[in-house]
Amino acid sequence: MKTHLVSALWMTLATFVLLVVIYPLLVWGFAQFAPEKGRGETVSVNGKIVGFAKVGQKFSEDKYFWSRPSAVEYNAAGSGGSNKAPSNPEYLAQVQARIDTFLVHNPTVAQSEIPSELVTASGSGLDPHLSLQAANIQIARIAKVRNLPEAKIKALVDAHAEPPLWGLFGPTKINTLALNIALDKL
Amino acid sequence: MLEEILGIAFIFVITVLLAIPLGKYIAKVYSGQSTWLDFMSPLEKIIYKICRINPKKEMTWQEHLTALLTINLIWFLWMMVVLMNQGWLPLNPDGNPSMSADLAFNTAISFLVNCNLQHYSGETGVTYLSQLGGLMFMQFVTAATGMAAGAIVFKAMKEHQTTQLGNFYDYFLKSCTRILLPISLVSAIILVFNGTPMNWEGKAAITTLQGDSVQVSRGPAAAMIAIKQAGTNGGGYFGVNSSHPLENPNYLTNIVENILIILIPIAFVFALGFYLNRKKLAWMIFGVMTLGFLLLLSTSVYFEMQGNPALTKMGIHQSLGSMEGKEIRFGAAASALWGITTTTTSNGSVNAMHDSMTPLSGAMQMIDMMINALYGGVGVGFLNFYVFIIIAVFISGLMVGRTPEFLGKKIEAKEMKIATLVALLHTFLILCFTALASYVFTKDTSVGWLNNPSFHGFSEMLYEYTSSSANNGSGFEGLADNNPFWNITCGIVLILSRYLPIIGPVAIAGILANKKYIPESEGTLKTDTTTFGFMVFAVIFIIAALSFFPALALGPLAEFFTL
Repeated sequence: MKTHLVSALWMTLATFVLLVVIYPLLVWGFAQFAPEKGRGETVSVNGKIVGFAKVGQKFSEDKYFWSRPSAVEYNAAGSGGSNKAPSNPEYLAQVQARIDTFLVHNPTVAQSEIPSELVTASGSGLDPHLSLQAANIQIARIAKVRNLPEAKIKALVDAHAEPPLWGLFGPTKINTLALNIALDKL
Repeated sequence: MLEEILGIAFIFVITVLLAIPLGKYIAKVYSGQSTWLDFMSPLEKIIYKICRINPKKEMTWQEHLTALLTINLIWFLWMMVVLMNQGWLPLNPDGNPSMSADLAFNTAISFLVNCNLQHYSGETGVTYLSQLGGLMFMQFVTAATGMAAGAIVFKAMKEHQTTQLGNFYDYFLKSCTRILLPISLVSAIILVFNGTPMNWEGKAAITTLQGDSVQVSRGPAAAMIAIKQAGTNGGGYFGVNSSHPLENPNYLTNIVENILIILIPIAFVFALGFYLNRKKLAWMIFGVMTLGFLLLLSTSVYFEMQGNPALTKMGIHQSLGSMEGKEIRFGAAASALWGITTTTTSNGSVNAMHDSMTPLSGAMQMIDMMINALYGGVGVGFLNFYVFIIIAVFISGLMVGRTPEFLGKKIEAKEMKIATLVALLHTFLILCFTALASYVFTKDTSVGWLNNPSFHGFSEMLYEYTSSSANNGSGFEGLADNNPFWNITCGIVLILSRYLPIIGPVAIAGILANKKYIPESEGTLKTDTTTFGFMVFAVIFIIAALSFFPALALGPLAEFFTL
């Protein structure tokens, strides 16, 4: 037992140095060659940082493409999903309320066109993306608010659609922040 | 739609293709043959010298277990010290507080046993020192502990008659330096170049395009995320684990992380085949595991892609499937795959919120953890499967009237008793503690544990103990679990369900190794056949799945039929 204790103590120390000191420093070293040195890629507009490229933000104004609902209101100091069960009546009422709000702001859209991702909260509460359908049904509203032709905004949406990985794997998506920045520049 | 299915098929196929050579490599590492990572050996020699360990000195199974438990005890004490003092220790740019005693106990145990159940949230509950020096350290060494235990059993299965089963520290250190560290380093670099942070700065304050003031948490995330996946740990850097856009930034990182979840567990099965030179046996085990895995997977993928029936009734468009708690960049199919892979191994990381998945997906995830032997955790997953093999050998031996033998060793009452106790312990812990929690809750519903009413509320409690007992670590996170009741009861379940299922199989293997070897003859029950594979599958199904059926009927099945 005593010999095991001494060996175990030293083994703990040695592996600690290797795995907790050397290994993270190696990864950090490689990070110096990554975009923005591993500090998280930021996005700037007119020289002012307006967000992190990968982290979603809240868009609720009519002139922007709305982002998905979030359980943490897109404050990335934390993160979280709603953890509501598909059968929870309180949750279903909340979804219905989101549908109603959306229809008020987008009177030309039919209820059957609203994709579920636009009225359900994401897992992280920081989802940076929209689906094509979720962007398309907002075009009419934005065109009206911004006084722009719908075709122009539609072209912008299509230009921002990111295809599946290598054209084969995973869903098509749109980065909401990038799309809205481009929208401001139109 | 098609791209989503292609994506998950790609992940599984690539994993198996990588697991075969990796298995061969692991077999070489544990049998001491030369490999291309031999340049690590000077480093290992220095470490042995410092620790005054002779890696050539072989141990009996009892000595192995003493060494294993001793070093685990030291880690536990270290974890308690770090977590309860992190507030004033360095590397705390966000000024996060120290943990309360019950939360520190739960967290220390949970990481010590390779479970990584998290009753805290990464952004606010721990400091960078705790993340790396506490949690990530445990993610490496506890994975290596499980792999060392697996290696001991490998050695015991190979030897004809011996008490000497290799050196624990040798298996342990080589698992770190030769397997976990290289895989983690490569994966961490891929993550960093795809946008996962690796820095020492605190939260960034920004004003968004729309003018809201928010903060963004950062830190040394990439290093931890790599080993979290590779070592079937699952404890995430950020609160929401791999659904966080910085923890899992795009579909490519999702592929890499998901492969890592099941890579070493599958490779371990092939490693056994190479190590014993019984490839047919390995394919039999892989076949049984994969059959179970695919049954669970297809059910979950189908229901997630169908969407939530309650939302369909509201008359909205649900072509992407059930999206509550999911991220657009992964989609429903990849989230369902992740949910099944993470519960099939003892990983427990998530890329979508399991609490919000459709009822039968939740049921499949729970069955996966109730079986706890399809692929399983690194090293220990195989140990659980080994227990089922022992039981299946015994039962089929009795059925056909032959002496139950496995790999030339007679299985007798003592081994059977240990195997049965280990197999039933899991059922006992899950059902008893869920019953206890349900009783406490119904006595006083004001404790406010549940985020969802009715059947799903029961599922939240059932899932938490299932995850604890399977050393998994995922959760129906709506459960308010950071309070003394849950911290302490889960802690107890975690300890029992980690160490007894290691001690049991190591003891069985040790006892069998010391028995006289009986050469295979006409009368020997063949264990590497499809017939025997179905026998093992039946044993697993009867013991693990059916004993939980009543509990599942009260939770997810009831929710499914009423939705």
